[in-house]
Amino acid sequence: MTRRILDHPILGKIEDKNYVSFTFNHKVYKGLENESLAAALLANGIRTLRHHEESGSPRGFYCNIGHCYECRVSVDGQQGIRACLTPLKEGMIAESSGQLQTSSKEDGGLENE
Amino acid sequence: MNNTIIIGSGPAGLTAAVTCAENGVDVVVIDEYMIAGGRLLGQLYEEPNGSWWNGIKESTTLYEKAINLGVKFHFNTAVNNIEQSNGLWVVYTEKDTFYTSNLLLATGAAESPVPVPGWTLPGVMSVGAAQVMTNVQRVKPGERGVIIGVNVLSAVIAMELQLAGVEIACLTLPKRNRITMKAGDPRKVLDSLLHVSHMAPSPFVRYGSKLMKNDFMKKLGVNFYPKKGVKMWDIPIQLRKAVTKIYGEDEVEGVTLATINADGEVVSGSEEHIPVDFVCIAGGLYPLAELAAVAGCPFYLVEELGGYVPLHNERMETPLEGLYVAGNITGIEGAKVAAAQGTTAGLSMAHRSGIKGLDNTINDSIKMTEQTRNSAPIQFHPEIEVGRKKILQQWEAYQSTKRESICY
Ligand SMILES: Cc1cc2nc3c(=O)[nH]c(=O)nc-3n(C[C@H](O)[C@H](O)[C@H](O)COP(=O)(O)OP(=O)(O)OC[C@H]3O[C@@H](n4cnc5c(N)ncnc54)[C@H](O)[C@@H]3O)c2cc1C
Ligand code: FES
Repeated sequence: MTRRILDHPILGKIEDKNYVSFTFNHKVYKGLENESLAAALLANGIRTLRHHEESGSPRGFYCNIGHCYECRVSVDGQQGIRACLTPLKEGMIAESSGQLQTSSKEDGGLENE
Repeated sequence: MNNTIIIGSGPAGLTAAVTCAENGVDVVVIDEYMIAGGRLLGQLYEEPNGSWWNGIKESTTLYEKAINLGVKFHFNTAVNNIEQSNGLWVVYTEKDTFYTSNLLLATGAAESPVPVPGWTLPGVMSVGAAQVMTNVQRVKPGERGVIIGVNVLSAVIAMELQLAGVEIACLTLPKRNRITMKAGDPRKVLDSLLHVSHMAPSPFVRYGSKLMKNDFMKKLGVNFYPKKGVKMWDIPIQLRKAVTKIYGEDEVEGVTLATINADGEVVSGSEEHIPVDFVCIAGGLYPLAELAAVAGCPFYLVEELGGYVPLHNERMETPLEGLYVAGNITGIEGAKVAAAQGTTAGLSMAHRSGIKGLDNTINDSIKMTEQTRNSAPIQFHPEIEVGRKKILQQWEAYQSTKRESICY
């Protein structure tokens, strides 16, 4: 079963030809070139992007537009990269390791007051 | 050294860029997202005339226009800080540092979170995240979901999700607590819902909106509100129920839904489990104005505009020389208003760059913004015009104290 919306009643069809291979936590997956890493993982049924550094609880993307930093992963050796803003490329190596900052969601968010 | 830099390639930033370029001013646009369009990208709704507003198409058209006019874009580039130095604006990004005479902040809006027990589980996302996944990335956020928070945005996005074949079990409220106060109060929610009601095929909601213009009727409206809810676009809206918990081992597996009374309190023993594989949280929008804050721009809290907004006038100038704002950073409104403000900002920056004879055009563009506002299909706050007046009054007050202090 695909989670992709290949045909949309108003937006029409999308091309799903440009598949590339990438690695997440040492497993190989396929995704569409230039879609976001978060979308590519979700299309493969993966919601958990990392585990919280203190509690160990699983975390996924939340805002999907770069605001919340919940989707931080390491990409090609660089840490703290937001998966929702990262265009997928052939051979990309992503891992859910090495987060240092605590997330804004954990603190209750900037804007709760 | 640049003449004009624009931060944000949403409808406001793109339109400003096009306007500048059309007037012969060279422009650089910086955006942290992968493509141009900002929050316009995810938008999809039917216009009153029956045509569809397709945000991706609108974004592409604007972007291509800008490219053809020679506008330069830097995507995947987040701006971390800005500062004024020797009459220039310095823009610090993750990659390079830029210098410019004119700087436009068109950073848009962000969604307020609503903490519900279990909301850190993978599968819980903001309602805007689901919109982007579905309409822009074209991946389903899940097969079946619940939306917590009933407001203009969540009602529109519920419809969009349904259009893409994603099932929405219901739109409902968060359990009331200190933080969710307003979002958990059925009366307040009903009030805000009145503003999408003209788009709803349900006669209950449509007639209801005319009846409920005053508070007394609104209270009656909630009390008489059918226990099993009403439907909008065939999606159940439950104002007499609230989610008390999102549950699941490693991912979302469902929500606990309980009946609430007219004041938003849970009726004990009424809890039921609704199995879903994703949950959207809709806490409303607020202007994303951090960069204006670090630059030292004065701020005012204007509830009608969605929160703290940087002080600005109708020409989209801030009190800081060479710093401009446009779009949702100045208050929460739809994409068409943001674009109209972008035109004004673009003209103002061209004017400051020495292009002559723009005064009438600027005045026309200010009027155009008002007209666009008056005919907007979606309104995020019923008193938006009051909010706009408030910030202009603040501007006047600020200018007159400045004048006084110069006199002394
Ligand atoms: C999640 C969400 C969903 C929305 N859905 C709708 C809808 O369905 N209908 C509707 O009418 N309105 C909707 N809106 C309101 C929307 O804000 C306006 O319609 C319109 O898009 C605002 O335009 P803008 O140009 O001001 O900002 P935006 O369209 O938000 O564009 C701002 C741009 O700035 C970029 N940016 C922000 N900060 C930085 C930074 N520090 N560095 C680099 N780039 C940055 C962003 O990546 C973004 O591309 C939504 C808003 C949000 C937040
Ligand atoms: S999901 Fe919020 S920053 Fe990526």
